[in-house]
Amino acid sequence: MGAEGENVQQLLPEFERRHPDIRVRLQIIPWTAAHEKLLTAYAGNATPDVCQLGNTWIPEFIILNALEPLDQRLRSSAGIHDSSYFPGIRETNMVDGILYGIPWYVDTRVLFYRKDILARVGYSQPPRTWEEWHDVCQRIVDTGPETEHYAMLLPTTEWPPPVILGMQTGSRFLRDRDTYGDFSGPEFSRAFTFYIDFFNRRYAPVGLMSVTNIYQSFAEGYFAMYITGPWNIGEFRRRLPPALQDAWMTAPLPGPDINTPGMSLAGGSSLVMFSASSKKDEVWKLIEFLSEPEQQVRFYRITGDLPARTEAWQDTSLTENPYVRAFLAQLKHVGSTPKIPQWEQIAMKVQDYAEIAARKTKTVQQSLEALDREVDLILEKRRWMVNAR
Amino acid sequence: MRVKPSRAALVVFLGPALAAIGVFFFLPVLAAFVMSFTDFDVYSLGNLQFVRFVGFRNYLQLFQDPLFWKALKNTLYFLLVGGPLSIGVSLGAAVLLQSRLVRFQSFFRFAYFAPVVTTLVAVAVVWRYIYHPRFGVLNFLLGLVGINPIDWLGDPAWAMPAIMLMAVWKNFGYNMIIFIAGLQNIPQSLYEAASIDGAGAIQRFATITLPLLAPTTLFISIITMIGYFQLFAEPYVMTQGGPLNSTLSLVLLMYQQGFRWWNMGYSAALAFVLFAFILAASVIQTRLQRKGGE
Repeated sequence: MGAEGENVQQLLPEFERRHPDIRVRLQIIPWTAAHEKLLTAYAGNATPDVCQLGNTWIPEFIILNALEPLDQRLRSSAGIHDSSYFPGIRETNMVDGILYGIPWYVDTRVLFYRKDILARVGYSQPPRTWEEWHDVCQRIVDTGPETEHYAMLLPTTEWPPPVILGMQTGSRFLRDRDTYGDFSGPEFSRAFTFYIDFFNRRYAPVGLMSVTNIYQSFAEGYFAMYITGPWNIGEFRRRLPPALQDAWMTAPLPGPDINTPGMSLAGGSSLVMFSASSKKDEVWKLIEFLSEPEQQVRFYRITGDLPARTEAWQDTSLTENPYVRAFLAQLKHVGSTPKIPQWEQIAMKVQDYAEIAARKTKTVQQSLEALDREVDLILEKRRWMVNAR
Repeated sequence: MRVKPSRAALVVFLGPALAAIGVFFFLPVLAAFVMSFTDFDVYSLGNLQFVRFVGFRNYLQLFQDPLFWKALKNTLYFLLVGGPLSIGVSLGAAVLLQSRLVRFQSFFRFAYFAPVVTTLVAVAVVWRYIYHPRFGVLNFLLGLVGINPIDWLGDPAWAMPAIMLMAVWKNFGYNMIIFIAGLQNIPQSLYEAASIDGAGAIQRFATITLPLLAPTTLFISIITMIGYFQLFAEPYVMTQGGPLNSTLSLVLLMYQQGFRWWNMGYSAALAFVLFAFILAASVIQTRLQRKGGE
């Protein structure tokens, strides 16, 4: 899919050389159309043998019985082992204790920040706790240029920040076997209040109109911190002016207090095998091949996608990249979102209500209650199914 | 001489066409209608046990869904502003191209028709450049007359007008051709007679062209309305319904519900509501124009 689809082509000739009897037919589909396309393919009995699947999509395809369990094959595999993966990432591929996907590349979100701006307000290290986080924000908006500037960028078109903060306070987001929303529960309320405070205290701008180009705004010092993923390492390197190249860094996310490491989102893509495939042994060989640390490093060099295999992280191309270090640290503290097919739909609602609360159309409490109501509506079918079982 | 057709001939000539329409049109429509009373979703796709008949719940839920109202409002905005604008531009272009004062008529006819047959995706890519907030040619031109740059596709207030402008540009050529055909049917002698009686250009347009074009205009306005009600591809390619759902149309919402979230039952209900809107609007329009014509 997307850039991965284009770039995996460079790895395939090697695979076909090793297995002359196997020909891989690759179909590249853009990310924006992938979900629809795969569901439609399922409805039309035309699923591929193997494909990459975003971690959050896996539960949906499991419910469709479209995916092949992989535990058996993994146990007898010579090349891949359970221990080769970050536990939090591997966990996203399991439902009810059964493994359905082999992590291919991983991503999570960390803090990208301006070293120079943080140093100017007395932070030679990035914030480690929520308290320090708000403190550094306060100092940044209090000092600095006369022109309008903020400490954080928290676009309300992104659902991960509020969800990550909720994860950090221990929210499960849903309750009663994921059949009701639990956003107005104490854990998420605490996280959401903290999140909305970034807007209320003017640490972060509301709305996106002012930031048409995040790279330019980051370079101008319009904001100093941004929660984002590994794809932006390459973008920041390419798009920030040379003079600023030493002035930015990445850091693991701050946690609620000093004893609780800041969790982040377990993201990335896995390789899955479709149960309708007639070439499962060949598919497994391809999955094993793409999971070899060597291929993972090659893929990282081509795409910048962080390897899922922990062995691959020992390669110098990763150890010598200072921006990647924060990701390695963060990947040890990642969690997954609820594993139900409606999650993406729910995440969109979280995003809607984050914007509503940030714009003060509703209070935090009202927003979360309204959010729960909408989520309950989305989960109506699931409640019926869980109760019927 | 009329020969009464034999039954065999009827079957042979009409049968295949009717069968094709039945299988590929009526059957799916019927299935969708039934589906709109169920909660067919991604679970049902995996296992048909998980389908329930829910009566009118999808319809009731639809009318309580703020997104539905938002989409309806956006669609009507597009329809009521973009529709007349598009027809007006088409008529204007047609009249100009029929005028004997214009040279290179066939060239312009081709040039104005070209966008209609261009792939929308290609058009959208080019227009995204035109609308680019910093490097777009539109903002550059506005800058020359001292207007501050507008974030055309990023600002909730401007995104829909931007989509309208593009849609009008892309589609007016088609209606223009139909108008030209209509204009060619108006006898030249009427204009000559009017000129002799001393009617000016505007008078001739208002008293000859417009009334005699009425059937064409009715046809075009209904076709345009039906097409504009089904606004989908432009926002799908340009904005995905954003920013802040300001370009979310009914069909785009239907697509998202159906193929993104796989709520097929809900989506089917939306399809029939849209059908009812279009039917009602067509009937009203026909009535109005008939009354106006009497």
